[in-house]
Amino acid sequence: MHGRPRKDPKPEDAAASVAKAEKLRSLQSQFLSNHHKKIYTNEALEVSAKLLEVNPEYYTAWNFRKLAVEHRLSQSDSDPDSIKSIFSEELKVVESALKQNFKSYGAWHHRKWVLSKGHSSIDHEMRLLDRYQKLDPRNFHAWDYRRFVAALMNRSEVDELRYTTDMINSNFSNYSAWHNRSILLSNLLQRKVQGFFPKEVVLNEEYELVHQAIFTDPDDQSGWFYYLWLLDQTVKADAPLLVSSWPARDSNLIILEDQCLDDCALSPFNTFHSDSGTFPLIVYFNQAVEGVNSSTISVESVLNANSELTWKPLSTNNSPAAQVWVTYLNYPKVDVHSEAYPVEVSIGHSGGIISSSGFHYSHPSRFAFKVFARPVKTPIGHGGDIISWQDGNFALYETSPEEPNPTISLDQLNIKDDNEKTSSEWRAETIANEIALFQELLSEISCKIGKLTLARLLKARDLLLSPCANKMVYSEEVINLYSDLRTLDPPHSQFYKDEHSLTLLQQITSTRESLLRYCFLHGDGTSSFIGNSMCLRLNNLSLSRMGSIERLLWVQMLDLSHNELRSIEGLEAMQLLSCLNLSNNKLCGFTALGPLRLLKSLKVLDISCNQIGSHSIDTTRYLCSSPLCHTEEIDWGRDETVTGDVNLANYWEAFVIFRGLSLTQLDIVGNAVADEKLKSFLVKIVPTLKWLDGGELH
Amino acid sequence: MGELAAEKHVQYILSVEKRKDDLISVAMEHLRMNGAYWGLTTLDLLGKLETVDVDEVVSWVMECQHESGGYGGNIGHDPHILYTLSAVQILALFDKLNVLDVEKVTNYIAQLQNQDGSFSGDIWGEVDTRFSYIALCCLSILHRLDKINVEKAVSYIVSCKNLDGGFGSTPGGESHAGQIFCCVGALAITGSLHHIDKDLLGWWLCERQVKSGGLNGRPEKLPDVCYSWWVLSSLIMIDRVHWINKEKLVKFILDCQDTENGGISDRPDDAVDVYHTYFGVAGV
Repeated sequence: MHGRPRKDPKPEDAAASVAKAEKLRSLQSQFLSNHHKKIYTNEALEVSAKLLEVNPEYYTAWNFRKLAVEHRLSQSDSDPDSIKSIFSEELKVVESALKQNFKSYGAWHHRKWVLSKGHSSIDHEMRLLDRYQKLDPRNFHAWDYRRFVAALMNRSEVDELRYTTDMINSNFSNYSAWHNRSILLSNLLQRKVQGFFPKEVVLNEEYELVHQAIFTDPDDQSGWFYYLWLLDQTVKADAPLLVSSWPARDSNLIILEDQCLDDCALSPFNTFHSDSGTFPLIVYFNQAVEGVNSSTISVESVLNANSELTWKPLSTNNSPAAQVWVTYLNYPKVDVHSEAYPVEVSIGHSGGIISSSGFHYSHPSRFAFKVFARPVKTPIGHGGDIISWQDGNFALYETSPEEPNPTISLDQLNIKDDNEKTSSEWRAETIANEIALFQELLSEISCKIGKLTLARLLKARDLLLSPCANKMVYSEEVINLYSDLRTLDPPHSQFYKDEHSLTLLQQITSTRESLLRYCFLHGDGTSSFIGNSMCLRLNNLSLSRMGSIERLLWVQMLDLSHNELRSIEGLEAMQLLSCLNLSNNKLCGFTALGPLRLLKSLKVLDISCNQIGSHSIDTTRYLCSSPLCHTEEIDWGRDETVTGDVNLANYWEAFVIFRGLSLTQLDIVGNAVADEKLKSFLVKIVPTLKWLDGGELH
Repeated sequence: MGELAAEKHVQYILSVEKRKDDLISVAMEHLRMNGAYWGLTTLDLLGKLETVDVDEVVSWVMECQHESGGYGGNIGHDPHILYTLSAVQILALFDKLNVLDVEKVTNYIAQLQNQDGSFSGDIWGEVDTRFSYIALCCLSILHRLDKINVEKAVSYIVSCKNLDGGFGSTPGGESHAGQIFCCVGALAITGSLHHIDKDLLGWWLCERQVKSGGLNGRPEKLPDVCYSWWVLSSLIMIDRVHWINKEKLVKFILDCQDTENGGISDRPDDAVDVYHTYFGVAGV
């Protein structure tokens, strides 16, 4: 089926082919007859052997042979020699079949079946494997079989690692060898086997090995993914770590039950409007974890009993693991002489928080913040008024010099993690070496892998430095590299664009200075924060994806309009979000809005002028919890009565997304799907809605 | 840019269906159930399913069922999970799932699940993540996922995840686009895509697009039309399909057509077959 040239059959060939076909057909029907009548004579065996020699894909014949072996074993005496010869005959059949097609699943499985009976020479198998791997070093059947045989003979991982070294040294362009190496080496490193600990020495050697692959032929992909794995091993800690939280460490959280008119010291990063009696406590890890609950994370405050706190994973598909978790704390009763109530959060003191890859949260850490509540004053406007996103409603936020408490600097939004000093020195040194090497490569030849790797290395370097320096030193250079790559490698242009967006957001959120350029007051136009809402405006930045959300947990109003967003992955962490503008983006389906279902505070949503309903393929439908993924149900019968005469099946995506939201304002115009039927459907399933496409509902 | 020669492909498929005596058809007799699925689905995609005799196909499919509940590749061939899925898919295509004894078929599949959550292809015990996908897909179509241990099935698939973000046939097996499709599909059906590092796998998958615009199945291999499906579909499921150039891929697929005799081949100017015709049309 693969790799046969297309040509018109010549008449002589056609005749020969017909003859061959008849021969094969009679062989096959003879075989089937034997099989159904359970005839296991030598003649019958001969027929099956001939068949498998010319057509090893004829799987029923392999089954027949196994049945025949079982039959012969039951007939014969338990003479070890005759048993051995029965099995070696099978191995011969496999070998002749593999000559015809060395990728035949049936042949390789039959061999495994024979070997697992325990009557065959394993050494012979290793020699056979050497032959096959010389013929085709990428034959994954052979590699899989090798793994099987190595397990049978208890061959050490160190020996197998040496084999991959030999294969790689004889030919760098052998992805299969690199793959196997990665599995063996990661096992050896994880078990801290003698000779493979400390990992720093091992990784240095691996870097040298993979350099040869990449620098010999930069266009050959064989070493690329192995290099990425090495970089990952260098930079990332295996164990999960806390990256950020809201409220932030050492912050003074001020909760306003309504707009406050006095001159209390306020900052956009630590105020929160609430009327529910509670505020969220958000913890953001560096990877998805399970097991966050009141025994694994303790919250000490006079306002709540720790044991009564329920922690919820913010996962968009209802899974028990998530990178971000939230619980709700009571805030103090509003009081004119309000005192600060301290809250202390401890994590890692008892085991139980585990990453999806099986590593435990092991660095005990704690952080604290204080909570004030300001008295209720006469409410100012907001209530049920419509929110307009027009430019005229925004004024750049200027930090007032009279503010007694300065705005919280951003490194308080990140929780510093305590790494061992030597390990972090090795990291910094390794990254620096790699950067130098790739800069040298690029000075000789402008290649894609060189630029992409350099960009990754520079970002890694920034990540390592950032808790202390709190600056993105290399972002500009990284952004330029991604622009170069879009020209150098056009088919993957959107991949580089996504990376570009992530880097831009890291740059914007890296310092207080850069972030403040995007902070605006929304409201009646006065420049004081009091009486106005703070909005983070990230519009018109050509963003194709969101990122750096761990630094944006404080955001309550977000303008992402006029970008190129196809997804809002990660936004589920922004638990304080009440107003969101996603208009004029590239959202292609309702399922892309999945993250919004976890935003309980969301009231105002603008998704106008997107592409919902314009595409036949929905690329986010398996990423959002729905009946399609068997993670939640729609009671079609009951729910249909709620929605009236609309055929629920036509609007199930909209139903699944919007039924959980309590929006007061929604803009949906400018999407192919937004006809009158849909709009009346939405009005029915979102009873809190007051404004739809600018018009007031009654 | 060229066009999809839809009419020619329809004729090609109908001719293959009638051809039973040439060498290739005889040699592939054992997987006629798969071939039927590929051919019929292609006809459906091209809007020509009605040109086939439904009852003839359905009765042939049912004749391939074994007393164990599983289906063989053709009449008289042993049952296997591969052909069981194709049989169910063909019946679903014609909206004839009602002819099935659902309990019987689902029992056959459920019995193939092993202790570690993996699935064997048949009673002879070959294990492969392809079979995990097949089991989950088939049971999902029949709304009987409750018949198996889904959690264990998922954890077995996750154990086949590699350090490059991809998946192999068994734990430690090399990442391969076909296996990746099966594993990603299985995780999608069970709402378990959070186990996948989408950026990592997405990059591995998008790097399957080579200079000609076609997609290969793993690094340093030749492009092949069937990967238009395995890679493309995987990218779609993890929402990273925008990382490849669709126009270039479509051009590659169209270049693989035999515009005279119909059908699509693995690469331009190679021999056509139903398998690649199906994946090429589906990709486009």
